[in-house]
Amino acid sequence: MPTAIEFFKLLPKTNCKDCGQPTCLAFAMLLANQKAKIDDCPHISKDSKDALEESSAPPIRTVVLGKGSEVRMGGETVLHRHERGFINPTAYAVTVSDKENIRNRIETIKKLRFERVGMVFETDMVSVRCDSGDPKVFRDAVVLVMELWEKPFALECCASVLESALSAASSRRPLIYHANTENFDDMVALSKKYSCPLVLRDPNMGSLAGLADKAKAMGVDDIVLDTGAANLKECVEKHTIARRAAIKKRFKQFGYPLMNRVGSGEYAVAIAAVSTMKYGSLVIFDDLKSYEALPLFTLRQNIYTDPQVPIQVKQGLYPIGEPNEHSPIFFTANFSLTYFTVRADIEKSKIPVWLQIVDTEGLSVLTAYSAGKFNPEHVAKALNDSGVLSKSDGIVVIPGLVARMSSKLRELLDREVIIGTTESRDIPKFLKNLKPPR
Amino acid sequence: MDGGEGASCAEHASADMSDTMKIPDVSEKYPGKIGEIVLGKGDYIAGGSDGMPLLSFENTCKRRMMIAGEVVDDLTDYPELAASMFNGRQKDPVEWSLMWKSIGADMICLRLKGTDPDKGKTTEYASELVERIADATQLPVIVYGCGIPEVDDNLMKEISNSVKNRRLVLAKADEEGHKTISSAAIAGKHALIAFSNLDLNLAKQMNIVLTDFGVQRSDILMDPLMAPLGMGLDYSYSVNERIRLAALSGDKMLQIPMICDATGAWDVGDAVNDDDADLGDVVNRVTWWETMTAMAAMASGADIVIMRGPGAADMILGYADELRCD
Ligand code: SF4
Repeated sequence: MPTAIEFFKLLPKTNCKDCGQPTCLAFAMLLANQKAKIDDCPHISKDSKDALEESSAPPIRTVVLGKGSEVRMGGETVLHRHERGFINPTAYAVTVSDKENIRNRIETIKKLRFERVGMVFETDMVSVRCDSGDPKVFRDAVVLVMELWEKPFALECCASVLESALSAASSRRPLIYHANTENFDDMVALSKKYSCPLVLRDPNMGSLAGLADKAKAMGVDDIVLDTGAANLKECVEKHTIARRAAIKKRFKQFGYPLMNRVGSGEYAVAIAAVSTMKYGSLVIFDDLKSYEALPLFTLRQNIYTDPQVPIQVKQGLYPIGEPNEHSPIFFTANFSLTYFTVRADIEKSKIPVWLQIVDTEGLSVLTAYSAGKFNPEHVAKALNDSGVLSKSDGIVVIPGLVARMSSKLRELLDREVIIGTTESRDIPKFLKNLKPPR
Repeated sequence: MDGGEGASCAEHASADMSDTMKIPDVSEKYPGKIGEIVLGKGDYIAGGSDGMPLLSFENTCKRRMMIAGEVVDDLTDYPELAASMFNGRQKDPVEWSLMWKSIGADMICLRLKGTDPDKGKTTEYASELVERIADATQLPVIVYGCGIPEVDDNLMKEISNSVKNRRLVLAKADEEGHKTISSAAIAGKHALIAFSNLDLNLAKQMNIVLTDFGVQRSDILMDPLMAPLGMGLDYSYSVNERIRLAALSGDKMLQIPMICDATGAWDVGDAVNDDDADLGDVVNRVTWWETMTAMAAMASGADIVIMRGPGAADMILGYADELRCD
C-alpha cells in the first residue's frame, strides 16, 4: 500500500473539495488508510490513476475462476496469518477423466460434503482431464461436466487438444492447466483468445519466473503458478521463496497464486496440508476420500480464519432462536471456541434457548473451573446481571463437565437446575429429550 | 479411473536457460537462535534452530522434530479406539514403550494417571516404572502426574530423587504451581515443561518465573498449548509462529525449545465420531486429525511433539524426517 505522501504526489493538489474532503492531503490520508477510493477524486489524471492502482494492488494478484459460482485465488498481503490474516482460502479440486463415466464421477464428488459448526465444506472445483487424447471426446466430456457441475473447474490437457473444449467452456472461465516451456506459445495464445486464467508450471524457480515474465509481457494477467513441487520439502520451500519474493522484495513474477497438482492417497494429502498452511491457493487431486477431506477442510478453515477475531466472547446473554419466558437457560465459558461449538449444537436442535456466556477470561469450561474462574457464585452473578432469570422461568442447564457446582448453584438461584451433557455434540439429543416448557 | 497424465503432455525441465530469471535471495539472518536442551543420557538434543521452521535455506540446524510416544499406566480414561491400535501391548507400560521405540519414537511420554488416589498406584510404583521404561527403551522420558496438584508435587519429588543418571522431563510447571516441581527438577538435574495457555506473553512470563526461581533456561521446554485441529489450532499456530519470530529476533526469554501435544486431536468430535458414515473410516480420520495437528505444530515451530496414535506417529515421523533442514 502506498503512503499518504505517495498518494498526495499523484493528486491534482487543487484542494477543490469535490471528493468531499477539505484538501487533497486529507483525501490522500483516507486513501492510505483504505477509507476512500481513488475514483472519488474526479480530477485525477489517467496516468496517475494507473500508477496508483498498480502500486496499491495487493502483492499477490487475485485470480477469479468460474462464472456465477466463483473461486477466488490469491489477493494475499502477508507472510504470516497473525499479521492480518490470509484472504482467499485454498481451493480443493478433484479430477474427472474424459475416459470415465462422468455422471457417476460428478455424483461421487458431490457427495464429498460436510456440514460442521454452521459451515458447509464441499469440493470447490473439478479438474476435467484429457486422458483420451481426442479433442472431440474431451470437448463432450467438458460440455457434460458443465451441465452437471455449477462450480468452477479446470481443464487439464495438451495445447493441441484444448481449443475445441475451451471454446465451449470459456464463458465459465475455467482454469487452463498448464503451460510449460514446451507448449508455452500455444497455451498463452489460447488463454488470451478465450480470456481464461492460465497455470504456468516449471520445477525450476528461475524458469518459472521467466515464464511468468514472458506471459505477462504477452498480455496474460490472470496467472497461477505451479512450482512442480514433488514433495513436502519442495512445497514448503518453493512456496515460501515465491511468497517472500513477492511480498518482501516485490518480485512481480511471483506475485500470483500458487498451486499444486498431486495424485491421491496419503502423501498427496500430506502435500495438500503443507500447501494449505504455506501459501497454496489450489490443490488438484486425482481423488480425495472423506476421511482425508474432513481434516483437510478443517485445517483450511483454521488457517484462513480471521486472526483478529478475539479468543474471548463478551459476557452476556445470547438468545438462540426465539426463546420465550419458559425456555431453558444454558450457560458456558467465554472461550470463543466453546461458545461457537455450544451455539452451533444448540442451533442444530432447533429448540430456542437462552445462552448465558460467563466471563472466564477466555478459558475453556474445565480449565476455568480448575482455575477457580468458573464457580457457582460467579455464574449466579452473571445470570442475575443479564436479567435472564426474569426473562424466563425455565430450568438452568449446567455444563456436564462442571456438574459438581449443581447443588451450590441451585441454592444460589433458587430454581430448578439440571446437569447437561459433557460433550457439546450431545446437546441436540439432550434438548429434544427435555420436557417441553410448561 | 485412469492415472497419469496424457503421454503427449510429459513434463520437460526447461532446457532454455536464456529465459531463466534470477530469484531474489529471501533467506533471513536473525539475531537470535533457539537454545538447546539435552535429554536422556545426553544422547538426545532438541532445539537449536536459527531460522523459521522447515526452511533449509535459512535454518542451519539440521535436527528434525522429535516424536514422543504417549504411554499411560491406567487405561480407564484412555480411548478404546487408540488402545485397539497397540495389539494388547498397551496393557504393560514397559511393553508399550518398547513398541513405541520400534515405531521409531525418540522419546516416551508417560502419564501416571494411576497415581490418582482413586486408582491407588503408589509413588514408589510410579518412579520404578519410570526407571524401567527408561532402562528398557534407553529413550528420554517425559513424566506427567495424574493432574491432582498435591499428589503430583509428591510424585515429582520422589521421581526426581530416585531416577538418577538420566535427564527426565518433569511435567508440568504452570500458573497454578511451579515451585515444587522446579525444586524437584533442579535437585535431580532434570528438565521440566513450562506450560502456558495459548498466549505469547503468558509463555514468556512462565519462562521468566521459572528462571527467576533458579531453573536454567537450558532445562526448560515450553508448552504454549497446542490446540487441536478444529478446536483452536488457528490460535496455536499463530502463537507458536509469533513465539518463534520473537525468539529469532532476540527475545532471550522465548529462545526455549517448544514441545507440542498433538494428542488433543483425540478429543475432537469430528475426529473420533463413529456414528456418521459420511465422515469416512474413523481410524483413518483420527489418524489424519492427529497427523495434521502435528504437522501444524511442526510448521509453526515445535521441536518435540507428543503423539498418541501409532499410525499418526509413523506418518509424522516420515514427514519430519523429510522436512529436517538438510
Ligand atoms: S477532488 Fe481531487 S483535486 Fe479535489 S480536493 Fe479532492 S483530491 Fe484534491
